[in-house]
Parts: sequence; structure tokens; C-alpha cells
Amino acid sequence: MTGSETRQAAALRVGGVFLLFLALKALGNLSLAWGMKHFPQAMSANPLPFLKALFDPFVAVGILAFILALLLRMALLSLADLSYVLPVTAIGYFIAALLGKVFLNETVSNQRWLGTVFIFIGAALVGTTAHSTTEAAPAPVRRMTAGQGAGDGPGVPPYGGAAR
Amino acid sequence: VKWILVAIMVAATVLSDLLQSHEMKRAGGQSVGARGLLRLVRMIAQRRFLILSIACMAVSFFAFMALVQTEPLSFAVPASAASFALETLLAGLILRERISARRAAGALIVLCGVALVGG
Repeated sequence: MTGSETRQAAALRVGGVFLLFLALKALGNLSLAWGMKHFPQAMSANPLPFLKALFDPFVAVGILAFILALLLRMALLSLADLSYVLPVTAIGYFIAALLGKVFLNETVSNQRWLGTVFIFIGAALVGTTAHSTTEAAPAPVRRMTAGQGAGDGPGVPPYGGAAR
Repeated sequence: VKWILVAIMVAATVLSDLLQSHEMKRAGGQSVGARGLLRLVRMIAQRRFLILSIACMAVSFFAFMALVQTEPLSFAVPASAASFALETLLAGLILRERISARRAAGALIVLCGVALVGG
């Protein structure tokens, strides 16, 4: 295989993992939100309702999707730069708002759409910032280790932008 | 109440991410595929900070569960982005990193976005 074929295969792999990650995040958010909104007990400081909710089928499917998405994100961070992963996964905030509107019949005001666009732009800006400001930044390489991953950049919860 | 839940969710996320970063830096590159993911799970089980990081993630997750029960998904997920702003602030205040104008602007824009989403 030539160098360019190898690079193409690597790019395809990253793209595939990324799409699967977005799909799992969307499924997780939707399933969890659906399950929680239909769960009869309100959540409080008492952990019991939380534990009960974990056994709701929709909540359980949501959690499973989040766990898989989390593992995929870790794998993605080992394949691609964080400065690539964070901006592209920020699209997840927008997807979540869309899912809420279409499947959960939420009213999404213009102000909320605008806020979501702001968050997308801001997250992309933060994500493309150089990671190391305390020492000389190494030359960029195509394949980075997981060390360039999660913690170096802004925090992203599993349901959020990165999953998100 | 919704902002308290957002605050818990965001704080736990940032802590989890810092711990995860610390351990993953030492772990090296991970591969994808069924065997790669299995190796990843085994590695997580062997590293203390990763387990602690997952505990923080659980706290953040429970806050998200409570939030999404009463608030719209179109608020809960975008609001979680406030972690960008908190982490940027912590990087400057605690880690003494130099925050570039670009990153500061990004964090501010995210914060404005969260305020708009919650308004």
C-alpha cells in the first residue's frame, strides 16, 4: 500500500469511528431523556430513585449507548488530534437540540438556537487552541497518542459535545 | 434548581477530564476494534485515577439524569458545554497556563451561548 492509500484508510477509519460516535451519542441522549421524562419518580438527593431509574429500559439503553460512545471517543482521541476531535464533535450540541425538537416535541426558541450556535462556535474555537502553553509545542503528527486526549482539552461529558 | 444541577454536572465533568487526562497520558495510544476496546476496558480497570475519573463521570451523569427529567434536552445538553469555560478558567487560575486570546474568546462565547440557551 502506498503512503497516500495508508493515509486514506486512516482517514476513513477516523471518519467511521466519528460517525458511529455521533450516532451513539444521539441515541443515548434521546433514549435517556425519553426514559427519564416518563419515569414516575422525581429525582432528589436520595440515591434510590436514581438506582431505580437505571433499570428503566430506555434509561438503560441510553447508558449503554453512552458507554460505547465514551470508549469510541477515547479510541478516537488516540487516532486523531484533539484539535480535530473537539471542533467536529461540537456539532453534537446542535444535534441534541434538533432531537429534542423533533422527537420530544420541545419548543426550541430562536434564542435557544442562537445559544446553541454560540456554543458550537465557542467549543470549536477552544478546541482548535494549541494544547501546550507551558512548554514548547511538539510538531504536529498525524497519529497522536491518547495522551493528547481528553484531559488536555476542555471537559466534555459523555452526553455533551464530544458525545455530543 | 436547574442551574445547581448544571453546576454539579459541569464541575464533576471537569474533574473527571483532568483525572482521565493524567492517566491516559501515561497509557499511550489506543487502537479501535473489538480487541482494542477490550484492552481499553482492561486498562481502565487497572488504573486508579481512571476509576476515580469514572466516579466523577457518574456524579455528572446523575446530575444530567435529574436535569433531563425536568428540563428540555435542548437545554440540558448545550448547557453541559459550560465545562469549556470552567476548564479554561481553571487552566489559568490553578495550572497557571497562559490562556490564548482565542481560547478565552471561545470560552466566553460558550458562556454567552449557555446563558442564551438557559434564558
